[in-house]
Amino acid sequence: MLKKLYHQFASPKTYVVLVDKIYPIIFYTSLITYVFALIWGLAFAPSDYMQGNSYRIIYMHVPASFLSESLYIAMAIAAAIFLIWKVKLAAYIIKAIAPIGALVAFLALVSGSIWGIPTWGTWWQWDARVTSTLILFIMYLGLISLHSSFTNYEKADKFISVLVLIGSVNIPIIKKSVDWWNTLHQPASITLTDKPSIDPSMLYPLFLSMLGFSGLIICLVILSSKVQIFNREGNKTWVKYHV
Amino acid sequence: MNKIRKQRLFNVFLIICVSSLGVFFILKALNSNLDYFYTPSEVLIANIPQDKRIKIGGMVKKDSVDRNGTKVIFKITDFENTIEVHYEGVIPDLFKEGSGVVAYGKIRDKTLIAENIFAKHDENYMPPNIEISSG
Repeated sequence: MLKKLYHQFASPKTYVVLVDKIYPIIFYTSLITYVFALIWGLAFAPSDYMQGNSYRIIYMHVPASFLSESLYIAMAIAAAIFLIWKVKLAAYIIKAIAPIGALVAFLALVSGSIWGIPTWGTWWQWDARVTSTLILFIMYLGLISLHSSFTNYEKADKFISVLVLIGSVNIPIIKKSVDWWNTLHQPASITLTDKPSIDPSMLYPLFLSMLGFSGLIICLVILSSKVQIFNREGNKTWVKYHV
Repeated sequence: MNKIRKQRLFNVFLIICVSSLGVFFILKALNSNLDYFYTPSEVLIANIPQDKRIKIGGMVKKDSVDRNGTKVIFKITDFENTIEVHYEGVIPDLFKEGSGVVAYGKIRDKTLIAENIFAKHDENYMPPNIEISSG
C-alpha cells in the first residue's frame, strides 16, 4: 500500500496532475502575500535607526538569499533520492531547479550590491559571505552547462547528482561565514536559538515577504520541472494526451 | 531497504563526508587568510610590510573623530588596542562614532594611511524612537 503510494508519487504523470491542481492556489496566495508584504515593508514599516530607508531592500534581499540556499538544499535532497532510489522525477527536478537557483542567487548578489552602496560605501568586497554566495551562483551555472554538455541523459543525471552532493558543502559555509571569519557583512539577525534582532514592526513584513517570495519561486520551479518532464518524456503517450 | 539501495545510501554519505573533509582541510589551511580585515590587536602583533595594503576593522572610538574638510582622523578600536587612521575622501553615511568601520590602506608608523573607508553595520534593526528610549 505504502509502496504503491510512493511509486505513484514518483511517477511524473501523477506529479504533473498534482502540481497542475495546486499551482493556481500557490501562485495567487503567494502573489497576494508578497505584494502585501512589500507594501507593508516599503510604505508602513518604520525606517531604521541607523540606515534610514535604505534598509528596506531587505524585503527583497533576504528572501532571495534565503531561497538561493534553500533551493540548493532541495537539489541536494533530490540528488540523494535519485542516486539511491533511481527516481527519474528527482533528476528532472534537479535540472529544473538549477536555473531558478541561479536566478535567485543573482538577485541576492545584485540586491546586496545595491544595498552595499549607501550603507557600506562599496558595491563589492571580497568578504567571505559575498564570495561564498558568488561561488553558489557559479555552481548553479556550472551544473546547468555541465548537464547540457552530455549527450547521454542517464549519465548526465548521475554525474550532476554527484556534483550537487559535493557542492552542498558550500551551504553551511555560506551560512556560517559571518561567524567563522571577519566579514563586512553583518551576522545573522534571525537565528533558531536567539530572539531576532529585528524590531517586530519590521520583522512581520519580512516573514511575509519570505513566505510570498518562496511561493512565487516554487511556482517557477513547478513550471520549469514541467518543461523538463515534457522534454524528457515527450515520446510517452500520457504526455501527448496531457499537452 | 534492499542491499543495493543500502550500498547507494552509503555512497551518498561517503560523497558528502569526503567532500566536507576536503573542504574542511582547505579552509583550515587558508584560515586567517579568509578574514576580510585585521583587528587592531592583530596588526600590532603581526609584522606587516610598509608597502602592503591591508584592511583594519573594528569600532570607531568614541570622541576620536577629528574632521577637517574632507580630511578625517579617527581611531579604530577592538576594545583592547587602537590604531589611528588618516583619511581624505568620501566617507559612507553610516560612518559614526561607536559603530563598525573597515579602513583600507598602508601602515606608516603605527597609523593607517587609508585609501578607502567602509562602514560596517550590525545585525540590529529598529525604529529610531526605540533607540532613543533604550539608549
